[in-house]
Amino acid sequence: MKRLATAMTLATVALFGPQAAWAQTLGSIKDRGELICGANGTLAGFGVPDPQGNWTGFDVDFCRAIAAAIFNDPSKVKFVPLTSKDRFTALQSGEVDVLSRNTSWTLSRDTSLGLDFIAVNFYDGQGFMVHKSLKVSSALELNDATVCVQQGTTSELNLTDYFRSNHMGLKTVTFATGDEARKAYESGRCDAYTTDSSALYGERLRLPEPSQHIVLPEIISKEPLSPAVRHGDNQWSDIVRWTHFAMVDAEELGVTRANVDEKLKSSDPETRRLLGSEGQYGEALGLTNDWAYRIIKHIGNYGESFERNVGQGSPLKIVRGLNALWTKGGLQYGPPIR
Amino acid sequence: MVEKIQGFLPHRPHRIGGIVLQIAFIVVIAGLAYGVILNVAQNLARAHIASGFGFWNNTAGFDISQTLISYSASTSSFGRAFWVGLLNTLLVAAIGIVLTTVLGFVVGIARLSRNWLVARLAGGYVELIRNVPLLLQLLFWYNAVLKSLPPLGGSLALPGGGILNNRGLFLPRPEFGPHFGAVLIALVVAIAAAILLREWSRRRRERTGTPIHIVWLALVLVCGLPLAALALAGFPLSFSVPHMGRFNVSGGVEILPEFAALVLALTVYTAAFIAEVVRAGVLAVHAGQTEAAEALGLRSAATLRLVVVPQAMRVIIPPLTSQYLNLIKNSSLAVAIGYPDLVQVFAGSVLNITGQAVEVIAITMAVYLAISLFTSLLMNLYARATAIVER
Repeated sequence: MKRLATAMTLATVALFGPQAAWAQTLGSIKDRGELICGANGTLAGFGVPDPQGNWTGFDVDFCRAIAAAIFNDPSKVKFVPLTSKDRFTALQSGEVDVLSRNTSWTLSRDTSLGLDFIAVNFYDGQGFMVHKSLKVSSALELNDATVCVQQGTTSELNLTDYFRSNHMGLKTVTFATGDEARKAYESGRCDAYTTDSSALYGERLRLPEPSQHIVLPEIISKEPLSPAVRHGDNQWSDIVRWTHFAMVDAEELGVTRANVDEKLKSSDPETRRLLGSEGQYGEALGLTNDWAYRIIKHIGNYGESFERNVGQGSPLKIVRGLNALWTKGGLQYGPPIR
Repeated sequence: MVEKIQGFLPHRPHRIGGIVLQIAFIVVIAGLAYGVILNVAQNLARAHIASGFGFWNNTAGFDISQTLISYSASTSSFGRAFWVGLLNTLLVAAIGIVLTTVLGFVVGIARLSRNWLVARLAGGYVELIRNVPLLLQLLFWYNAVLKSLPPLGGSLALPGGGILNNRGLFLPRPEFGPHFGAVLIALVVAIAAAILLREWSRRRRERTGTPIHIVWLALVLVCGLPLAALALAGFPLSFSVPHMGRFNVSGGVEILPEFAALVLALTVYTAAFIAEVVRAGVLAVHAGQTEAAEALGLRSAATLRLVVVPQAMRVIIPPLTSQYLNLIKNSSLAVAIGYPDLVQVFAGSVLNITGQAVEVIAITMAVYLAISLFTSLLMNLYARATAIVER
């Protein structure tokens, strides 16, 4: 199975280890001609291929933004669908260059897995979805309920913490993928389904009767979703990190896909530095100076990507909330490009 | 005496060379293994991936749906989760092996029946089941089991206090009071007495020729003695009956639908292969044996039981061992339906939470290897014990 294959790859790589591959990710991507991006594959709004095989989603857009910055072509990305069980092994072993797969940033993942989280591109939290017919209006009424959850996720751990601290009994059924967990929830095997609340909205849409299910109001944990790269290649993690910040800064400065060409002629110093009309910031990263221009031109700024994939322009209709800019009461804050 | 001493000394030169070569080979292999392990450790350290077995005692933090030993998400360690997963795997393997042997023997012998319909039905079963991948069969049984069971609201109440719904089968849990040990001892004594009784009756029949039917007496012994002990000890046995809660059934012994689906799928699948092994074994017995038995007036059932199958076992046992090992390893498909076996719990949840793929997979492989070797050992001992002594 996939998980065993990637674990074996990791073992083989560790056994006959390449000495310096970790420090040359950008070089090997350029040689290869495409970026390899670890994505979800089944999560609506974040990373899912459409019936024609084209990948769309919020996390997918992020990988395309990196590819646009490197190659000036957002289609030079290969997406590898990963389950929650094998996503870290795939990144550790070098099978993917960046993991953009709605992964929560936690201390143990940051340290003992040998990964680096680059920046929170989606502030999320864990919630519950239940059948309307259960007549439950709060997660605190779920004493002794059976809950479906995905394996190897922070959801699994937060679930037991929440039920324990509220002195409620719990039965869990764990599955390897979100699809299996959703199907078991659909068939009535469990009373509730728990995962990040952004994913809950997406999964609800894939149920046969979405209106028969409600998402409970409680958010029981912090789930800061962040793309991840391997330890050891600082240049690569800088590139990935500043891709995100360029998109946030662009939204703050009002640069959109539609007006980026005019903004090239702008006299505002911050806009000029962002789009490369001034300074050599792109070259400092190892890219070209119009790296941010390429990103905005092909993908758009943070707000555009958000609204298109998970916001009002999508079936999920998630509000910006914590993901609004810091100037609008949210938490998205991009350090200055200077 | 002199021959024995001479036999000890390696008096032929190439035998010494052979021993030296083997020692050199072992040293090279050990050196390679050591080098590989050192390389792994260095590469993991360079990539800043945690390594070592320290994770074993860290708190697990996740819940497991079926635990044969006590386990708590908040206080149990990853090591404890490992044992829970291992026991679940062994439970499925043990029950699966017993059921599949019975079914396999029945189908195998049925295929050799002179009744045309029975033989064709058995043949159809074998051909169908052997040629469909096990994963598909497992998903079929899981969905068939789940979809056919009623939801919580429409639970079936079974006579005797059980409850059946799509969350599982809930049976009354026996609770043992003080002095229940006496009942167990009585049971053991009764079984031993029944075995001795059977030995005595067999010897008597061989000596005198008159059969003594002791089946009913043995049955009375095995049932009556423990019951008498129960009465004497004041009935230290009560049952906690499962009752319906708002979301779930509490109390009682819970049998998960995942467990049922896995055992069903493994049993049905492996039985098809065992049926063919049994059929091969029976066909391997010389036709003269069957003819001689019939000439002596034995009916076909007795011929099978007394003459054919004991000889066929010599041919059946090695491939049967392989099928048992296949069943044990196939139980790892539990991952597909959410049954918490060793792979699902340890090489799934624990691997992902700790991130230490190399150690976890190595331990899992070593455990499966140990289980398989132990099963092979038992089967080889059985084969040696029941081997036909030829003159």
